[in-house]
Amino acid sequence: MSTGASVIFQERKDQILRKGQGGFDMNCNRESLAGAVSQRACVFCGSRVVLYPIADALHLVHGPIGCAAYTWDIRGALSSGPALHRLSFSTDLQEKDIIFGGEEKLYRALTELIDRHSPKAAFVYSTCIVGIIGDDLEAVCRKVAAEKGIPVLPVQSEGFKGNKREGYGAACKAMFRLMGSGDISSIPPLSLNILGDFNLAGEIWIIREYFDRMGIQTVANITGDGRVEDLQRAHGAALNVVQCSGATMELAKMMKESFGTPFLRVSYFGVEDMSESLYQIARFFETKDPGIMERTKELVKTELTKLYPRLQEFRRELAGKKAAIYVGGAFKAFSLVKAFRLLGMQVVLVGSQTGTEEDYKQLYEITDEGTIIVDDSNPLELSSFLKEKDVDVFVGGVKERPIAYKLGVGFCDHNHERKQPLEGFVGMLNFAREIHSSVMSPVWRFVPRRKAR
Amino acid sequence: MLLRHTTKEIKERKALTVNPAKTCQPIGAMYAALGIHNCLPHSHGSQGCCAYHRSTLTRHYKEPVMAGTSSFTEGASVFGGQANLVQAIDTIFTVYDPDVIAVHTTCLSETIGEDIPQIAKKADADGKIPRGKFVIHANTPSYVGTHVTGFANMTKAMVDYFAESNGRKIDQINIIPGYVEPSDMEEIKRIVSELGIKSVMFPDTSNVLNRPQTGRFDMFPKGGVTVEALKSAGDSRATIALGRLASGPAARALDSKCKVSCEILDLPIGLAATDAFVDTLRKIGGVSVPESINTERGRMLDIITDMHQYFYGKKVGLVGDPDQLISLAEFLVSIDMWPVYIVTGTQGKKFESRIKEITRDVPHEVKVVSGGDMFLFHQWVKNEPVDLMMGNTYLKYISRDEDIPFVRFGFPILDRVGHSYFPTVGYRGGMRLLEKILDALLDRKDRDSAEESFELVL
Repeated sequence: MSTGASVIFQERKDQILRKGQGGFDMNCNRESLAGAVSQRACVFCGSRVVLYPIADALHLVHGPIGCAAYTWDIRGALSSGPALHRLSFSTDLQEKDIIFGGEEKLYRALTELIDRHSPKAAFVYSTCIVGIIGDDLEAVCRKVAAEKGIPVLPVQSEGFKGNKREGYGAACKAMFRLMGSGDISSIPPLSLNILGDFNLAGEIWIIREYFDRMGIQTVANITGDGRVEDLQRAHGAALNVVQCSGATMELAKMMKESFGTPFLRVSYFGVEDMSESLYQIARFFETKDPGIMERTKELVKTELTKLYPRLQEFRRELAGKKAAIYVGGAFKAFSLVKAFRLLGMQVVLVGSQTGTEEDYKQLYEITDEGTIIVDDSNPLELSSFLKEKDVDVFVGGVKERPIAYKLGVGFCDHNHERKQPLEGFVGMLNFAREIHSSVMSPVWRFVPRRKAR
Repeated sequence: MLLRHTTKEIKERKALTVNPAKTCQPIGAMYAALGIHNCLPHSHGSQGCCAYHRSTLTRHYKEPVMAGTSSFTEGASVFGGQANLVQAIDTIFTVYDPDVIAVHTTCLSETIGEDIPQIAKKADADGKIPRGKFVIHANTPSYVGTHVTGFANMTKAMVDYFAESNGRKIDQINIIPGYVEPSDMEEIKRIVSELGIKSVMFPDTSNVLNRPQTGRFDMFPKGGVTVEALKSAGDSRATIALGRLASGPAARALDSKCKVSCEILDLPIGLAATDAFVDTLRKIGGVSVPESINTERGRMLDIITDMHQYFYGKKVGLVGDPDQLISLAEFLVSIDMWPVYIVTGTQGKKFESRIKEITRDVPHEVKVVSGGDMFLFHQWVKNEPVDLMMGNTYLKYISRDEDIPFVRFGFPILDRVGHSYFPTVGYRGGMRLLEKILDALLDRKDRDSAEESFELVL
């Protein structure tokens, strides 16, 4: 095994960096090595996770059953109202559809679903097979849209067309087609859209409440607890605030180009980034409302006064422990590095599935000497890094959890399976509690890794 | 009401599946391949397929699930994925060093007409397959059959690629356990050895997907059937295949390839099906049933005796896979429960007629459908509720919305543990099923009893 591990490091050595050993040089954003047990997913996956939280839209997966089955309500994106997004709709393509084409089936499925559920819009996801058999998704959608009088949007998310990031792009293109049609006359000057928040565990509700307190109206949630009508009015907002690097940045850029909507990159994870994001937004609106900065400072102060004493309790026990991070998009990793620092913990490994060179450069700047930075990693590498660095807790997604546990390392899901909101000031406390609950668990006293000492 | 969008009125649907009671072939093939020792399953398709299967299996088993992918890109989809697969084979043998790479196809690679044996031959000619190492394959297009078909196809591939006959019979029998949990496979092996019979079981995911905490991450865990054992299957005295759909094709292939006669039985879930399994073992092995097995049977029967009043006339709705549902329905009928709604997403002509035969004497209308979905099942329940539902985790929405007791059974179970450790096959598995059913029914009785009729002893 050890020789195997060294070989893959050879093949991928320019996708792995150790800070302090040579300068920054990262060859990322490239296709995965065939045969490597990559943790990456496909274009369809990217589109599906971005659009799925739009709760009053119909989400129809055009393809064989698997693509719909595996994405049936997996993300825990909460809705305060309709829940059409939590059902799984598929054209369930069969062999004869592959031979004769699936357009007719798609047309019938769409018609039937729209009649039964009266959705505000429909998203139709293309899968690998649709790209190959050449169904004209665009034409079917146009026909149904004309007949039923709702927007029917093709999402060009054939799995093989790249990785998740291309899927985010396809989702953005589909959403963008909704924009510009709604009535924006009632939108006040202090208004924004929240981009790149998916309302996992109810997070967007926390953020919206902060904006309320600052006196800013949220026009559209993109996409957590999202609504079609809000998306249609989104172009009327004064500002876009964009979280989650890959997912919705493209939409923000399109909106800027077409509607002139400026955007700010924000992050709601960790105290530092959360506060700075709110201040950034306040600064943006300061000319329109000079009082906003004062209100924002007050908000941050109130929240921090509540938070700090409780955070200290966790910090006392967590200080000096070591953390590893492997997430989908690199942007989240920045905030996590800072959040761990606030807890007195050291990040010794940080990586992502789809980070860009710019992302990794930034990570390189904010991490400590000796930190391993890795792009598109795999279980073998990750486990060898976890052992080498003697990590106490690993932050990752569903496929990483059992690897950490098998090694006897604590874990925190910062992805689809988070159960507590991790955004906002209260989210920092939840994060600390979750990290504490795993790092300090008595179970690690019994696992062989610790016993051996 | 999470599923408030489910309408009570039932209309025939032809172009649409809502809330599927199935998934696609490749995941079944990946699960089966994990039951070979030192084997890396490999998905010949886009990266997403592999990621989804690994995620789903990981959620179900709470174990690391390793598999490679050809990582198809636009170019591969146009010019073919040969280069990707040859490169993958090279990478996998060099880096991970398994004994076997078990390739399954996807809708994408099937549609562009990939010829896996030809590609493997090319890889071999290029010296990418080390001596004594193997690349096997199964065709698993996602638009044909379901996860059960994929499992059956990969299990059959184990026969096609490995089983060989030297003409000299070995004193052992083959057991093909069906698409069951690692715990079930372990239990089946235990029963066979309790009868003093030597066996080869394939696939065998015990100690692969229910392994202990060791402080180590092993790419290839201890469990799984070895290549050597698979080769010897061609000289076994007989084959017992459990579950017609999942195990039948492999058993028949072994019969025609190596002339090993086979008995295809129902999955040993419940009293009668386990009796049939034990009896077949006894006859084929030429052994008598040991006291220990009789005791287990007696205990299971004792639970049924003690609690039979609580089963009487309870209406049950079932969603799952055909092999499981056939045995489960038969079991429920045998303890006086009424399986009234039975839905599987897997198409099969024989399934509906078999279920009708099993439920012939149930004094209630029985609705059964193969190729159905949970939306339809929910509509049935809305029209007339049941006392208990059994099926995979996705039934929890309906259980909650309609306030009906629910026992998790089948694949996938994403929100509970236990299924990978405690079997539902055999007599001991039957006892566990009975316990689960009784807990669900009696907890509900306790919850719903009025204060004046709430009893300490039920």
